[in-house]
Amino acid sequence: MLRLPRFKYLRPRSAREAAGMAAEKGARAMFVAGGTDLYPKLKRRQFEVDTLIGLDFLGHDIRNGSTECVIDAGVTLSAASRDSHLKGGFGGYAEAAGLVSSPPLRNAGTIGGNLCVDTRCNYYDMTYEWRKAAGFCMKKDGDICLVAPSSPRCWAVSSSDTAPMAIALGGVVTLVGLDGERELPVSALYRDDGIEYMAKRPDEVVTSLRLRAEPGLRSAYVKLRRRGSIDFPIAGAAVAARMEGDTIAACRIVLSAVASYPLDAEAACTFLKGRRLDRETVQEAAELAAKPAKPLDNADLSHFWRKRMVRVVVEQALERLSDQPGGFDS
Amino acid sequence: MKVVGKPLPKVDAAPKVTGRAVYADDMLPARTLHCKILRSPHPHARIVSIDTSAARRIPGVLAVITGSDLPVKFGILPVTQDERALEHEKARYVGDPIVAIAATDEEIAAAACDAVAVEYEVLEPVMSIDAALATPKDERIQDYGGPNNVHKFVALEFGDVEGGFARADHVREDVFFYQGNTHLPMEQHSAIATYVDGRVTLWSSTQVVHYVHRALSRVLELPMHRIRVIGAAHGGGFGGKTDPFAHEIIVAKLAMITGRPVKCTLTREEVFYAHRGRHPVLMWVRTGVTHDGRITAMHFRTALDGGAYGSYGVASTFYTGALQPVTYDIPAYRFEGCRVFTNKPPCGPKRGHGTPQPRFGLELHLEKIARDLGLDPVDMKRRNYVKPNTRTVNWLRVTSCGLEECTQRVLEASGFKTRERRPGRGMGFAISSYLSGAGTAIYWNDMPHSEVQIKVDRGGVTAYCGAMDIGQGSDSVLATVVAEELGLQPSDVRLVTADTDTTPIDLGSYSSRVTFMAGNAALEAARKMRELLVQAVAGAGKRYEEVSFEEASVLAEARFGTLTTAGSYTPPKIAGPYKGSGVGPSPAYSYSACVVDLDADARTGLIKVNKVWIAHDVGRAINPLLVEGQVEGSVYMGLGEALMEEQVFRKGLHKWPSMLEYKSPTFLDMPEVETFIVETDDPEGPYGAKEAGQGPLLPVPPAVSAAVYDALGVWIDEVPVTPEKVVEALRRKDKGETPRYGPQRFPAIPYPETIKVDGPVGHQDGTC
Repeated sequence: MLRLPRFKYLRPRSAREAAGMAAEKGARAMFVAGGTDLYPKLKRRQFEVDTLIGLDFLGHDIRNGSTECVIDAGVTLSAASRDSHLKGGFGGYAEAAGLVSSPPLRNAGTIGGNLCVDTRCNYYDMTYEWRKAAGFCMKKDGDICLVAPSSPRCWAVSSSDTAPMAIALGGVVTLVGLDGERELPVSALYRDDGIEYMAKRPDEVVTSLRLRAEPGLRSAYVKLRRRGSIDFPIAGAAVAARMEGDTIAACRIVLSAVASYPLDAEAACTFLKGRRLDRETVQEAAELAAKPAKPLDNADLSHFWRKRMVRVVVEQALERLSDQPGGFDS
Repeated sequence: MKVVGKPLPKVDAAPKVTGRAVYADDMLPARTLHCKILRSPHPHARIVSIDTSAARRIPGVLAVITGSDLPVKFGILPVTQDERALEHEKARYVGDPIVAIAATDEEIAAAACDAVAVEYEVLEPVMSIDAALATPKDERIQDYGGPNNVHKFVALEFGDVEGGFARADHVREDVFFYQGNTHLPMEQHSAIATYVDGRVTLWSSTQVVHYVHRALSRVLELPMHRIRVIGAAHGGGFGGKTDPFAHEIIVAKLAMITGRPVKCTLTREEVFYAHRGRHPVLMWVRTGVTHDGRITAMHFRTALDGGAYGSYGVASTFYTGALQPVTYDIPAYRFEGCRVFTNKPPCGPKRGHGTPQPRFGLELHLEKIARDLGLDPVDMKRRNYVKPNTRTVNWLRVTSCGLEECTQRVLEASGFKTRERRPGRGMGFAISSYLSGAGTAIYWNDMPHSEVQIKVDRGGVTAYCGAMDIGQGSDSVLATVVAEELGLQPSDVRLVTADTDTTPIDLGSYSSRVTFMAGNAALEAARKMRELLVQAVAGAGKRYEEVSFEEASVLAEARFGTLTTAGSYTPPKIAGPYKGSGVGPSPAYSYSACVVDLDADARTGLIKVNKVWIAHDVGRAINPLLVEGQVEGSVYMGLGEALMEEQVFRKGLHKWPSMLEYKSPTFLDMPEVETFIVETDDPEGPYGAKEAGQGPLLPVPPAVSAAVYDALGVWIDEVPVTPEKVVEALRRKDKGETPRYGPQRFPAIPYPETIKVDGPVGHQDGTC
């Protein structure tokens, strides 16, 4: 069987202590929360570290105030998906959390972990022996990109379901590092690079996610994958909109799994502002939203099909908004 | 009957669900060494040199072996002894075993593998049927077969094919493709060996204890009596553990070298390389029919992508042509098959061995013919059904046949004929047949295929049989047969199975043979034992039914001494009078019919299966619970093949050798399955029973594809039926092109001249 490498497991009692440990160990250490993605990657030697810094100290609460909801980073994905406040006020977020992987993994995986989950590529998510036979890629042990050999960069795919939704909802994360605490919009947490996909400093721990409640806020997440469970997204649409009457006052559409970071579909949002969500508008917006998506041949099914499906998932997500209380004309 | 026909739990259910069952990987005798195998990173390469010196120096490494330590070739079929446990001359696929290392723990063995330096001379890989048919750029993969990378040709012709086509009112040709896929057993292959007092003992997760025994003897160059093979508790095979495997030979050799127990458990990735799964098959079929849809002649061609070694491939090739006439009365039939070598893990037998592919093509082909003629496809198929107690044109003997009853059951239950018609919703219908055990052994011999001994003493009953329970329930069937005859419960019967030292032979859990053959052997042994008991009780002036079993056994033991009986089963010699007639004959055939109901989304091409109705003619259900389990498992596996599973390659490598990326349906993807057991009371099966483990898979893929046509009006002429293919077929339909996705052509294959065989006289009259 594939065995875990030997490693030291550290148990800090606070985020500040964890950051200190991370700064001291540098690239030889990683944080671990649920570990549902990390442990298999250790077995496949995609991550080679000698120390894991456990994040058991993270809170497990969801605090719902009148203007915002704060979710501790240690909340499990299954708890987030079942939480009545989240389901009521931020339905798309609860939905996205409930669509990650499978029930056993959602019971272990955390919302903080899913925000930080590694980018994926089917040339990279393989065992050491397979990658050695294929020729190592630049994301681990090699120096070229196997999906786009002439490209100077890595095209691994952002594969979080909750990150696009958190961005669409204007979420803000709290980061605790050596230099103290700071807040960062989730949209600023990512970079367009398959390797250095996170913009936070390596010693910083995501300790919570804050979602702001707004009157008339509706949200939906549609995930595309081959099977009803287990699979990572191969495309997805997170949509959040603030309604004034039956027109859209503001909206944000973020795509999952079609780039190395959650892809903001700004043109579609500009188009939607001030419009009513009738069928034609939905179709036009979906067309605009799909344009920047450029999936490559490094995830399940063909990238041509995935590209065509982006429009469909955006439409479906927009249509789902109208199913929510006080729905739209369609 | 008291226990036959009752839905009793499996006799081994408790140890399996409580974790008490001991699988090979659970075994850890004192001083066990762990083995890792270094595999080729190249699909096709000459091995120039292997330097193991650095690996040998690593502390904890006790033995390092290469192909020169195990040079004798082996293979499951006597005609294709082309494998080595370790290759030291040439690597033929990514994953081919090159070096094996035994160390005190697994990490050390893995690190030592990484320290081995192998120098390769890389050769051009051959990765497709077309490439295999062409002149190789560097060299052929194997040094036998040919031309080019052809492994095996089959060309047979039964009856007057030319005349059959001449009298047809309509002739149609189609091309289909069935992608390869793998078994995906829950338990990875595992084996552990000891070497004590000059004797090897191997515990393995295998389906074929006896054939592993023979292969070990051959490669280790030890007589069979110095080798003992024991089947460990088994976590699923589906045909994937039916060959002797490199790791089984390797651990035995390493145990002989080190004198310590040596264990090897394959990783999931290595299981994908061990493979022996479904052959990718390209098919061409041409059929002539009369105005009313009666078949007058059929010509079926197949091309199998065999992977790098022979495995069961010769048999697989025959099987792609053998069973077409077992469901439909085909008066004249020509079959041409061709298997090629490619630089991929070897293909072999997977549930349905060589027959799901032609079944897919045949069922869809007939659907299309019916539409050409303006006939209802189901009615047209039924018009051609074979009749019980007939011989097919290729000399296969059909006895019991519940095809018509199976068809009625699923049509009625599903409401197929009155189904709701709306875009995106469809139903598909298909039928199939499968063997209840191959009529011939893997190697030529006249001995029985299955043997059972029964011992009774002091009120206890023990049955001994070489049969290997791979989860299909063969232990339960043995216990049930013995219990029924002796008037006991299955739980009263102790079993000793799958151990070459202590049990008489059974050839193995393949070809759906165990219930039929071991069941008949058990029946004979149990009836003999009952006779002894009855006689002894009668001698005491009583009737067997009046006394306790303890009393009967004491009376019999006192009168006759040691109480043992034996039974055996040898299939009837019913093969036809032609070369190649050994593949296809079976003492009985099971029959299945199935209806699939699905929704297909025209925008995404995604398919949601709503329900499957399936009827299976099992002859007699010795345990209906086990039969339903086999049928439902077959439906699951058939849906996986139909919709998503594919063993595919990219740049010479298996594209996704992992359970996350190789897609197989999850619980959520599994629809409701309604199973109907049809009983036809086969004259030769034990209590009338036939097989259930493989046949019910066969109708599922064509029924899925037919349902997609029903839903969207497009033909997907290949599996898996993926969303991208559906979307592409719809695009073609919208553009006014042929509303179809599938292979465009069948390659020109230099088949040899056919062997012409007359069909049996009066073959469908029930007179032969």
